[in-house]
Amino acid sequence: MKRVALFAALVAVVVGAAAAVAGGARQASPTKLTVWVGWSAGHELTVFKQVAAEYDKAHPDITLSIVGGITDTKIVAAIRSGQAPDVVSSFNSYNVGIYCGTGAWRDLAPFMAKSHIKASMFPAATLYYTQYEGKRCALPLLADTYGLYYNKTLFKKAGITQPPKTMSELAADAKKLTQKNKDGSFKVVGLDPMIGFYENVPERWVAAFGGKWTDAKGNSTLATSPGWAKWLTWHKSLLDWYGYKNLVKFQAGLGDEFSSSMAFEIGKLAMVMDGEWRVAFIQNEHPELNYGTAPLPVDDAHPELYGSGYINGTIIGLPKNGGHVDQAWDLVKYLTTNTHALAVLSNGLRNVPSTSASTHSKELTPDSHFAPFLKIFAHPKSGTSPITASGQSYINLVQQFVIKYQAGKVKDLAAGLRDTDKQLDAQVKQAKGGGGVP
Amino acid sequence: MLLLMSPWLVGFSVFFGYPLVMSAYLSLHHYDLLSPPRWVGLANYRYLFFTDPQVGAAVKNTLWMIAVLVPLQVLFALGVALMLARARRGIGLFRTIFYLPALTPPVAATLGFVYILNPVTGPVNNILKRIGIDGPLWFQDPSWAKPSLVILGLWGVGNTMVIFLAAVLDVPQHLYESAELDGANWLQRLRWVTLPTISPVILFAVILGVIQGLQYFTQAYVAGNIASGQASQAADVTSVGLGYPEDSTLFYPVLLYQHGFSDFQMGYASAMAMLLLAVSFAVTLVIVLNSRRWVHHAAGALK
Repeated sequence: MKRVALFAALVAVVVGAAAAVAGGARQASPTKLTVWVGWSAGHELTVFKQVAAEYDKAHPDITLSIVGGITDTKIVAAIRSGQAPDVVSSFNSYNVGIYCGTGAWRDLAPFMAKSHIKASMFPAATLYYTQYEGKRCALPLLADTYGLYYNKTLFKKAGITQPPKTMSELAADAKKLTQKNKDGSFKVVGLDPMIGFYENVPERWVAAFGGKWTDAKGNSTLATSPGWAKWLTWHKSLLDWYGYKNLVKFQAGLGDEFSSSMAFEIGKLAMVMDGEWRVAFIQNEHPELNYGTAPLPVDDAHPELYGSGYINGTIIGLPKNGGHVDQAWDLVKYLTTNTHALAVLSNGLRNVPSTSASTHSKELTPDSHFAPFLKIFAHPKSGTSPITASGQSYINLVQQFVIKYQAGKVKDLAAGLRDTDKQLDAQVKQAKGGGGVP
Repeated sequence: MLLLMSPWLVGFSVFFGYPLVMSAYLSLHHYDLLSPPRWVGLANYRYLFFTDPQVGAAVKNTLWMIAVLVPLQVLFALGVALMLARARRGIGLFRTIFYLPALTPPVAATLGFVYILNPVTGPVNNILKRIGIDGPLWFQDPSWAKPSLVILGLWGVGNTMVIFLAAVLDVPQHLYESAELDGANWLQRLRWVTLPTISPVILFAVILGVIQGLQYFTQAYVAGNIASGQASQAADVTSVGLGYPEDSTLFYPVLLYQHGFSDFQMGYASAMAMLLLAVSFAVTLVIVLNSRRWVHHAAGALK
């Protein structure tokens, strides 16, 4: 075995040297491609670098430089400065409307046509969040789906035999699982749904109530789509059972979400709504945790939604002033469509692989904790949030309203939702270029 | 003459004149940072005055901060300066101790305060708990978040304090002596000798405080992000941290930053900046005009 490895290494060196010599005739040194990614947590960036190194090795005319911890602010600043990287990716799709709409990320349609890449190889939800008004400037690179994590030890202690399937079961279990200290503070909280806490954001919860964001014209429908009021009423009644302030105090004493003292991982939360990547975090930080995963429970009146969930994910593209366009596209094509690359990334990051073919890849390490997320990804009712001209601030505006509501500052829910509808429509209009001026 | 002024001229035009003109220009345009600015007339201002759902809260918070923090800062700095001026020994030591916090970078100071005032793990609430008081939630409670920032502001009042101390020590001794001969007590000497003599310095501190209050950003930005628990998510852009909790620390410059840099609406953010400039100018003008009634200028200066 050792000898084989040695031989392989030798071959690689010789081939590499030959390629370098051959390349040297055309070009003094291999082309350096700079790639920006959002991953920064220790194991995550390492896995991405491994996959990149594999590609690097197979392409002697290219060397890759990977930069982690990238945010949308940095991406925009780089594109503005004219010194953009060759390949750029963002952790989520919220700002895709801005990237595609302004042309800050290149239109990928001509590249895809040339390389015979068909959009239909990606599931519908991921296709939606990588374009804006028909302009495709990004491709999905792994996807995130959200579900319910539950602590089996605490379930057993409370006499609960299976994960909840409806929202009323979820609330009942959450109450049953909550334990208090002698001084009245919480020792264990069954489920903390407070918006702004860990992964709790409106888009991931409202999906379970079938709330719709916009009508066919793109106008906001928070007040008219009944899912919203239903979700918020459920949400508030559970919060009020804990007492809003008690829960705020409990949260203030908890560990950071992306540290090994994250509350679910250390048993302070019996259930948590979280992304599929948590499986890898638990594996790395608390392999001893006895837990299960399931789809997020759904509104009692909509059992057909069970099994679906919210989908979003990392998007990748070519900034307009990045260089080496053809080589950069080749890398993007590899990362987003190659089943092997996606499977390795998925195994390491425990993110959902983002082509239909790769979700069935034999290379995927089977894992009972991870499997439910693959099913959520494939579920026909799974969806994502709207891509609008105002990007991230669209979602933020909704979140601000919910935060006021959950704190008890909104007296009339229906009127509040109507106001938010108006504000969202005005915001999009403003983002598109201001009050009606052509 | 022009040559002698040139460093100032260059600095002024590059770092002040150009941004100012550019802001005014951009405020009339739709500018998303990525595509060229497009003329939209007064649309940004219309959105600012009539539509933006967050401006109201941001203005209210900013006014609250100025109304509370500036007078307290002046009182506190003056009080410390007066005490130090009366100290017979160790004045240098105490001066250093009171000045030290002002040397802490605002980000570090804010981080420290958020940890110290953590309602569960922080030492302040733990001590309060030991003496039987259920401490407030500080930075996690919308009605305590601004007061917490005020405490932070008072802790770092060293700069103003040093200036006050210099002014107090500079009051001519013979004025005190004659006042004493007239039988003035400590309070009367303060009211009729010290305060009038140092009034120009108080005016300076008030104007500076108000302008800093209008631009209050760093502390609020850091406190909101840390207290909301969102700071570690480097790549997660949900800016729920800004203004946390419940928009209680959403100050005007924080909102401006959010619109300009995380919502990519630089044209609109420029309109907000222009309004801020106009307000700063107007407020300063009002204070300066009003100050003629209470600021005492020695021997015919500025008359």
